[in-house]
Amino acid sequence: MSEKELTTHQNLHFDELWAYDPAPESPDYVSIEPQYQLFIDGTFQKPESGRYIDTVNPSNEKVLAQVAEAGKKDVDKAVTAARKAYEGVWSKLPAKERGKYLFRIARLLQERAREFAIVESMDSGKPIRESRDIDIPQVIAHFFYHAGWADKLEYAFPGVRPKPHGVAGQIIPWNFPLLMAAWKIAPALAAGNTVVIKPAETTPLTALKLAELIRDAGLPPGVVNIITGAGQTGVDIVNHPGIDKLAFTGSTEVGKIIQKAVAGTDKKYTLELGGKAANIIFDDAPVEQAVEGIVNGIFFNQGHVCCAGSRLLVQEGVAEELVYKLKLRMETLIVGDPLDKNTDIGAINSKVQLDRILGFLTEGVEGDQKIYQTKCNLPEKGYWCQPTLVENVSQSHRIVQEEVFGPVLTIQTFRTPDEAVNLANNSPYGLSGGIWTDKGSKIFNVGKRIRAGVVWANTFNKFDPTSPFGGYKESGMGREGGIHGLLPYLELS
Amino acid sequence: MSNRLNVLKTCKLYIGGKFSRSESEHYFQALDKKQKPLANLCRGSRKDLRNAIQAARKAQAGWAGRTAYNRGQILYRMAEMLEGRRDQFVAELENAAVTRRRAESEVELAIDRLVHYAGWTDKYPALFSSVNPVASPHFNFSIPEPTGVVGIVAPDDNALIGLVSLIAPVIAGGNTCVVVSSEKHGSIACTLAEVIHSSDVPGGVVNVLTGFRAELVSHLAGHMDVNSVLSAANDPEQKKIIQENAHLNVKRVHFYDATDWMKEQAQSPYYIMDFQEIKTTWHPVGT
Repeated sequence: MSEKELTTHQNLHFDELWAYDPAPESPDYVSIEPQYQLFIDGTFQKPESGRYIDTVNPSNEKVLAQVAEAGKKDVDKAVTAARKAYEGVWSKLPAKERGKYLFRIARLLQERAREFAIVESMDSGKPIRESRDIDIPQVIAHFFYHAGWADKLEYAFPGVRPKPHGVAGQIIPWNFPLLMAAWKIAPALAAGNTVVIKPAETTPLTALKLAELIRDAGLPPGVVNIITGAGQTGVDIVNHPGIDKLAFTGSTEVGKIIQKAVAGTDKKYTLELGGKAANIIFDDAPVEQAVEGIVNGIFFNQGHVCCAGSRLLVQEGVAEELVYKLKLRMETLIVGDPLDKNTDIGAINSKVQLDRILGFLTEGVEGDQKIYQTKCNLPEKGYWCQPTLVENVSQSHRIVQEEVFGPVLTIQTFRTPDEAVNLANNSPYGLSGGIWTDKGSKIFNVGKRIRAGVVWANTFNKFDPTSPFGGYKESGMGREGGIHGLLPYLELS
Repeated sequence: MSNRLNVLKTCKLYIGGKFSRSESEHYFQALDKKQKPLANLCRGSRKDLRNAIQAARKAQAGWAGRTAYNRGQILYRMAEMLEGRRDQFVAELENAAVTRRRAESEVELAIDRLVHYAGWTDKYPALFSSVNPVASPHFNFSIPEPTGVVGIVAPDDNALIGLVSLIAPVIAGGNTCVVVSSEKHGSIACTLAEVIHSSDVPGGVVNVLTGFRAELVSHLAGHMDVNSVLSAANDPEQKKIIQENAHLNVKRVHFYDATDWMKEQAQSPYYIMDFQEIKTTWHPVGT
């Protein structure tokens, strides 16, 4: 691939020539308590463990708040509350009333949407444009969608009678903190289960704000219990004998540990795990659109997306032009303050994650890998990573096989559709894939052969509560969203 | 009474569409219900299991690529072949395990169950697909696709109907499978393999092993090229082993150990759906 020079006079170089004035969303509007307790049985309770952990704003490394670390006793209290609520109240409530609570939660969230967006950006580092325009609207849509299912479940599964499992234990990651909470809580409640949910230790604040909102909504105590903590709290949820169903979103590594841990029990479980999606660009694709799709595929949410299009596969004939245009486009991406409305790429979620990403770009470099990073200025404080391309990779390289979970894209080329499919499927993962071509029959042919749960054709990273999401192979099992996403929360008889 | 000496059958493994002895050349003796020697069965080894999984993987894309119509016809053909061997199966079941009356109803039900699933192949995808009304300008639909290679651990009772009830929904849905048959009823599994072999089922779609379950299930559940394991063996310890090994590559695990396969209702498209993955495709709607 010959190299064309990227010079500022022929290209848009926003950082240096056309600096945007800052347009920050003011954080004054929101209030964050100095310390948060566990939300159990409808009230905020101090942890029996007596321990607290700090949650940090990754864009300035300042502590935002302390949150309780639930110990074994706290988990037990939460599960007991959820069981009592399931047996005493929730399972006896008419289905339509269940639905009305969910509708009410959706509406209350709409009213407080901006507040949630700001807190989400502060706690997770994601750009306000994404939290405001994608995360929170999707959260609301998710509650609204599932609210309507509560009294219609028998229509979803012909010929059988659906009934809830009981108490659902749910563990969620830090990349879409509130959205993942919504993906878990909304279908569980709609199906008639009660919930014990643990947000990630680096991003607990919006879940705790949701706890306040759920309390204000008048949801019966114990139906939703939100307990904060780190890995050990998750282990205690997984191993608690009172849990009927587990739902986990996170790494494949932890997902496997969970699957092993529940061996010999009757716990139901669904896992939504890692990915290493191929984004395949054919030579008949609309190149400008493909470039936008590639950027959205890998740089959306700092690349902290399990279904990110992290492996770019380009057909040889178009590779040179495409990579050139991609680099131009990348140079316009603004990395910086998550609360600034101009920001395209926010802060990396934590120091741990930043180190992991940088590991791939330093000591993890293999063979003749060539790393291209944009010339943007990074803030001094906080955790940052420029948009990054890695060229000259081969299929066996770690960076091609393993999930980086950051704004890092590898580039490989191919000649034929068969070769593209082989490269795409040469991965233990199978969460998503992208296809860019103007030819409909090629979309169906290649789309059918990609072993992945979501195929984006001439688009990427789109989500909707009506659309089932989840993986093949080691990307997990079960679906979230749509009719198919109800099934994991129901027993059919 | 004729003095004619019966010709006995040599029971073999069924791997990749071929009947072969175990590479280990080990055997074990199966007994009839009076505890008299019934047959020498191959004691399938870990290597046989690996060969069977390889055959199943090789056959999977082709089988999934058959039209639903064609897979339905082939399942129906299995029913035809089983009907033709009805007396043989009744005799074998009676000899091995149950009363004549029970054997007769079991064989009849097994034939009918194959017919039932033959009729599902071109219907379940329509029932379990959806077009999803997303709130953006995209066309979005979800369809079921086969999970891939499925390991099947047969139950100890219901020698024939149990086996048929497990295999039929798995292959109806475009998967291929490796069956670890019951130690007690391996000979029935061998005869069922002959039915499968003569039913236009492509080689490798169904592979049948006889042997000691305890020697095989952990390897089946731990094999990295098996996508799912289904066990109907009522053995809590083995269930745990299966699940523990399944985590290595996030296998989908299903236990059907509490199902009474002799019930008419022990059949439904939900058994097919246990071995399906949902794929959702998005495409922009524009000009």
